[in-house]
Amino acid sequence: MSAPTNQHQAVEMERDAHDRGSSDHVDGGAAHGSRSSYVTGFVLSVILTAIPFGLVMSGVIGDKSVVAGICMALAIVQIVVHMIYFLHMNRKSEAGWTLMSLIFTVIIVVIALTGSLWVMFHMNQNMMPPMNPASAAEMSDQM
Amino acid sequence: MTSTTDVPPGAHNAVTFYDTDPHEHPPGQSTMLGFWLYLMSDCLIFAMLFAAWGVFGGSYAGGPRPSELFELPLVAVNTAMLLFSSITYGFAMLAADEKKQGATLGWLAITGVFGLCFLGIELYEFSNLIAEGAGPWRSAFLSSFFTLVGTHGLHVTFGIIWLVTLMVQVSRKGLIDANMRRLQCLSLFWHFLDVIWIGVFTFVYLLGVLR
Amino acid sequence: MSDTLLKTIFGRLTLESFPIHEPIILGTFIAVMLGGIALVGAITYFKLWKWLWTEWFTSVDHKKVGIMYMVLGTVMLLRGFSDAIMMRAQQAMAFGANEGYLNAHHYDQVFTAHGVIMIFFVAMPFVTGIMNYVVPLQIGARDVSFPFLNNFSFWMTAAGAVIVMASLFVGEFARTGWLAMAPLSGLDYSPDVGVDYYVWALQIAGVGTLLSGVNLIATIVKMRAPGMTMFKMPIFTWSALVTNVLIVAAFPVLTAVLAMLSLDRYVGTHFFTNTGGGNPMMYVNMIWIWGHPEVYILILPLFGVFSEVTSTFSGKRLFGYTSMVYALLVICILAYLVWLHHFFTMGSGASVNSFFGITTMIISIPTGAKIFNWLFTMYKGRIRFELPMMWTVAFMLTFVVGGMTGVLLAVPPADFQLHNSLFLVAHFHNVIIGGVLFGAFAAINYWFPKAFGFKLDPWWGKVSFWSWVVGFWVAFMPLYVLGLMGVTRRLRHFDDPSLQIWFIIAAVGAAMIAVGIAAFLIQIYVSFRDRERLRDWTGDPWDGRSLEWATSSPPPAYNFAFTPVIHDLDAYYDMKSRNAERPLTGFRDIHMPKNTGTGVVLAGLSVAFGLSMIWYMWWLSALSFAGILAVSIFHTFNYDRDFHIHADEVERTEEERTRILANAAAGA
Repeated sequence: MSAPTNQHQAVEMERDAHDRGSSDHVDGGAAHGSRSSYVTGFVLSVILTAIPFGLVMSGVIGDKSVVAGICMALAIVQIVVHMIYFLHMNRKSEAGWTLMSLIFTVIIVVIALTGSLWVMFHMNQNMMPPMNPASAAEMSDQM
Repeated sequence: MTSTTDVPPGAHNAVTFYDTDPHEHPPGQSTMLGFWLYLMSDCLIFAMLFAAWGVFGGSYAGGPRPSELFELPLVAVNTAMLLFSSITYGFAMLAADEKKQGATLGWLAITGVFGLCFLGIELYEFSNLIAEGAGPWRSAFLSSFFTLVGTHGLHVTFGIIWLVTLMVQVSRKGLIDANMRRLQCLSLFWHFLDVIWIGVFTFVYLLGVLR
Repeated sequence: MSDTLLKTIFGRLTLESFPIHEPIILGTFIAVMLGGIALVGAITYFKLWKWLWTEWFTSVDHKKVGIMYMVLGTVMLLRGFSDAIMMRAQQAMAFGANEGYLNAHHYDQVFTAHGVIMIFFVAMPFVTGIMNYVVPLQIGARDVSFPFLNNFSFWMTAAGAVIVMASLFVGEFARTGWLAMAPLSGLDYSPDVGVDYYVWALQIAGVGTLLSGVNLIATIVKMRAPGMTMFKMPIFTWSALVTNVLIVAAFPVLTAVLAMLSLDRYVGTHFFTNTGGGNPMMYVNMIWIWGHPEVYILILPLFGVFSEVTSTFSGKRLFGYTSMVYALLVICILAYLVWLHHFFTMGSGASVNSFFGITTMIISIPTGAKIFNWLFTMYKGRIRFELPMMWTVAFMLTFVVGGMTGVLLAVPPADFQLHNSLFLVAHFHNVIIGGVLFGAFAAINYWFPKAFGFKLDPWWGKVSFWSWVVGFWVAFMPLYVLGLMGVTRRLRHFDDPSLQIWFIIAAVGAAMIAVGIAAFLIQIYVSFRDRERLRDWTGDPWDGRSLEWATSSPPPAYNFAFTPVIHDLDAYYDMKSRNAERPLTGFRDIHMPKNTGTGVVLAGLSVAFGLSMIWYMWWLSALSFAGILAVSIFHTFNYDRDFHIHADEVERTEEERTRILANAAAGA
């Protein structure tokens, strides 16, 4: 049985929670960016946008899957750049709640996206086999 | 286990149970968090549209393929428009923090113009595709393309309507607390759309052309 | 007038759209009309319109919004239940040569409407209403974070309900089952207005649900009383927090998938069609990504209710509070990892099915842990079997059976047998009635005195309780049997006469539930009539433990004259045991949000927009959409949204409470 929490330890904690209201100012949600941070973010974004466009449009790398991999990696980096320099994401805004909700959302997005692709890929494999007798027989073996 | 909690004698002298000296809480202290949560939910709408793109992106139904349709130079220009609008919105926020109303309005107007350019280019692209017979009803690939990109475009449209509304409000009431909150919410919204666009140009256009 | 002009104005709405040839619907229509006229007449006669408008419809007070949700849920329960009893009657008689009294066209609408209404317009309003009412009181707040948004959310939910109800009398409802699975719900197979009614009702109500989710999360995160750390939050508030996180993370998925379905229907895209590269199974996949978290959205708040009730009526601190919280958090993630168990038979193959089968079995562990926590809370407690506790015990007995059959269905090979059978129907009614509905009744009986200042009559409450519980078992156990025998769901007519007896038993059970519902309504009437006898003077009728019992019943508009300071999980129990004194002087002006009619107006315009989209009246769609935008923008130009309750008024209210408390103490 969980021991009754000590109700008297709470003086400081209580003060903490009390200050929660007052330390968040009206604009507590978004930390303020400075001119230099906006410019940094902008320059990084331009670079991170230019590289994938350049790679795909020029076709310097022949292997398409390598290009695709680089594009996706750079997109993730750029999303992080935007989060930090434009959306002013950090561990402190709203006492960490914005970051926590973002992480939760990312988890759900990853689950829903990869899950859907996985599920639908397997279903297409199983239910819409290529129209030749050999593979159809193979399918029915599996079932 | 007894149901009572032990109470040390005299404890009730030390503790207060009611805050009899309350300080007034500023209004709108939840606004930024609430708006952020809304954005997270919006993110999930886009996630499902991306999932649809992932599943249907290769279902051409005998119709045109991405490499035959997408014009990357146009997309690059469009991306630039959105990126410029992001930094100009940033400058509007900086001006607002310094309480420079005129500069804020100026940067907001520039942001709006970039947004309109973005929309104009997107509509041009859409009308070209439809004229070529590659409308959303042609194949599942095009359905998911138009829906994903179009939903982003709709968001930008509402962003611009909001931006104009806010410009009127700032010019009427000045940079008061309530308007600062609204500017910050729109800031989150605007930059969030930029983040979504990163996903769109990477996964839809670039990877689509590679497909 | 020319045909084209008529078509431009009325779209596809014609005189034939009114189902005057269906005697059952016509009869219902006349009855509803007469009832409606009587209601409107009575309100007008007693001059209640102004009161309703200023005190209720435009109110941003979370308590009043919460009560309005409960009223909406109760009204829709009557509608949803009449659908249920119609189905039971049809299935009990339609054997062999007897075709029953419902034609297929009508029967298909009935089972669709039953599911949609019970989930979206009964269970969701109940759950949202309870959270709305209780959460701010439990955390010592004056209102929710966004009071106007709260009122708006309610009206959007109500707007969705209005659209569903309209389908009864103008046109028809969907004939697709409650999830409108593609391709049946596509334009090729459902060209009429039914699915459009479905889509727009859910989209409009969904806006309300999502916004109320955002609102309650922000409230719980930002508005807790000083000292209330996350792990001193009452367990109901915790369950509300997790529920609303699920709402915010799940309802957008529904919005997106319904938007794609409507694009298929309105624009001619190929998401879920059989042609053009579309894939109907993607609809199934996506709607269940919303659908499974939705199950937990419905049940988790009631788990919170049962925790509060068990702890209060056992006179003990909740056993394993921390484990309860972690169970909630685990469910919050796992709820997103099990959706495929709703369509094992789709054919994703062994690897996919085993993954989702295993996650489904895992998610039953935290749920089971909760059952043990409640049992251990009761263990050696001094249990008072008042109505809320009775509902809780009935829940535990019933829900465990439902949970077990759920685990059974989670085994993919078993599911291949039981899929789409009445066994499934029995399973989910077992958890939804046994969990959500019993929980809602526990909550209503528990918090009614807080909301209205008098307890609900226990005698009629017990009649309702026993009718519901026994009725449930009689109505649904036969469905398990039939399901195991292979009877599929949604059938209007049967050939095998040996099955009939089971359906007759089920119909008897449904009739008993009807008695339960009637007794519930009588209970409310009798309690209102005898309110002086049942009066709760103290604000603490059950010897409660959490903060909502610290204020008067019903609470003043501002909830607490002074913000409470929290030292313990059972905050009010702590106050009582340490003789906390209410401050009697030093009152200040209290800052409150103003009422506004904008929510009603926006919801009204949304109804117009939804109906015009359904009937292809494009001019009205454009007009109402422009109206929604204009009203929203206009609303943002109003910066003057607050007022102060004057300190004198607070002092008068609090002095009155002091006097009442003294009287009650003297009387006791």
